[in-house]
Amino acid sequence: MSAIDRINITVDGDFKEIGGDVLPGDPLEWVDKKKYTAKLAGDREKSQLSEAVICGTGKIGGFETAIGVMDFHFRGGTMGTVVGERIAMLLERARELQLPTVIFTASGGARMEEGMLALMQLAKTTAAVARYREDGNFLMTVLTDPTTGGVSASFAFQADVIIAEPKAMIGFAGRRVIEQTIRQKLPDQFQTAEFLLEKGHIDMVVRRSDLKPTLTRLLDYAAQGRARIAAS
Amino acid sequence: MNLIVERERGLLELEKRIAELREANAQQPVDMSAEIRALEEKYAQIQSEIFSSITPWQKVHMARHPNRPTAADYIAEFTQFDELHGDRHFRDDHAIVGGMAKLGERAVMVISQQRGRDTKENLRRNFGMPSPEGYRKVQRLAHLAARLGLPIVTFVDTKGADPGIGSEERAQSEAIAGCLYEFTVAAVPIVATVIGEGGSGGALALSIADRIIMLEHSYYSVASPEGCAAILWSDASKAEEAATRLKLTAQDLLEFGIADEIIPEPTGGAHRDPAGTIARVLKNIGSALDELASLSAAQLREARYQKYRRIGAWQTERLETVKTGP
Repeated sequence: MSAIDRINITVDGDFKEIGGDVLPGDPLEWVDKKKYTAKLAGDREKSQLSEAVICGTGKIGGFETAIGVMDFHFRGGTMGTVVGERIAMLLERARELQLPTVIFTASGGARMEEGMLALMQLAKTTAAVARYREDGNFLMTVLTDPTTGGVSASFAFQADVIIAEPKAMIGFAGRRVIEQTIRQKLPDQFQTAEFLLEKGHIDMVVRRSDLKPTLTRLLDYAAQGRARIAAS
Repeated sequence: MNLIVERERGLLELEKRIAELREANAQQPVDMSAEIRALEEKYAQIQSEIFSSITPWQKVHMARHPNRPTAADYIAEFTQFDELHGDRHFRDDHAIVGGMAKLGERAVMVISQQRGRDTKENLRRNFGMPSPEGYRKVQRLAHLAARLGLPIVTFVDTKGADPGIGSEERAQSEAIAGCLYEFTVAAVPIVATVIGEGGSGGALALSIADRIIMLEHSYYSVASPEGCAAILWSDASKAEEAATRLKLTAQDLLEFGIADEIIPEPTGGAHRDPAGTIARVLKNIGSALDELASLSAAQLREARYQKYRRIGAWQTERLETVKTGP
């Protein structure tokens, strides 16, 4: 599902984008089979997105919320500087406005073409999550297919409530890497949302059609709790 | 086969020859000092040919050299060390070694990744690749350090996180994410030193720090060159090219503002003079801790936040300026 479609089915009305003008550079002047700049241009065309995440604020079931949506169609949802930067900007704005936050993840991990600057975005997003949560704010993530590597090893699993979509592939190491290492085939269920639920890694598996009502109920609990604290 | 080990072979033979001649020279009336000098010159020449310019790929091999000092060698030079074990949930991961220690007179919490020196030890330590329980031990020790006010000193040396079934079953992602979080919020000085391999998320889990020191021939990368080559070129033999393109050397990371300091290694690498290398590293860790000592908890955390908040390269819409931080 594209990030735009996700926003359309999740947000009540207006969505105010944050960080849309932050765009990728090419710090390593990267070339493999193709130039990084050419890959970016191709992805922009194909996905109609400027990067692998769209961030902003809008209402979910009447609750004003900071929302981040990753899109696998842009560089496999990999996290380079722009994804890290936009997520950090989102959480900083959410902290300023005391808003709850929901981030939908879809990612193949850190973006190779930006090297260590990509890996450092795990540190950047973690710093932003920590600062945001310390003020008593509420962070939820919705893990969609697939969520792996650097994104799963940072904000995806640092949330207060972690939801996954049915059958989503979620893990740190990719399935192929593990199979090559242990030289055996993995069971089909391995690293699925349902597997993670059984192992106790996530809070719930929720069908797409039930997502908005579920998020709304959770936002309501948190809003009541926050209001009680504010009043005391 | 390790490239550096291969290149060293001729040198080590010459070294042996020189030592033999010296010994013979001391015992016999015939003066062989001219021959010895000639051999020594030849040795120096070959050494400088081999090591005067080391490519990124050779540095990766240097970082993986079987005789390179490991974390245990560094910890052995602390004044005191009391190892603390276990994650309190599942088991004690031997790829992580940590505990309370004294660096000179200063009490610290030391946390390290430990690879093995031989096959037997490597099996016990999983080749220095921590499992989730290792990362949970790291979190426990970092949390304890923060609570007690002990500065944290880490030694990074890992190929990366363990890619196994059990590690995924026990939430590797969450375990690493938890380390990042713990190091981010710890209100004590943190100094991380990359002594060998800095493999991706596994290395990052021990290196969110106020100061990052790298040894001259250590590397730190978003992915292993082999892994990167397999993913982007679908060809693991492109590892050498990947190592160059990834900009993973200590010198690159200093330029990016990720590493703060590089510690020179003796010609031929840290393993040619372990004692000297280790002494230099410990001295510089001490100096870094001295510098950080004057900062309050709030100042430390703010500086750490800003440091990571700035790292990256992006442009804003008009595309005129590319910002690189910090």
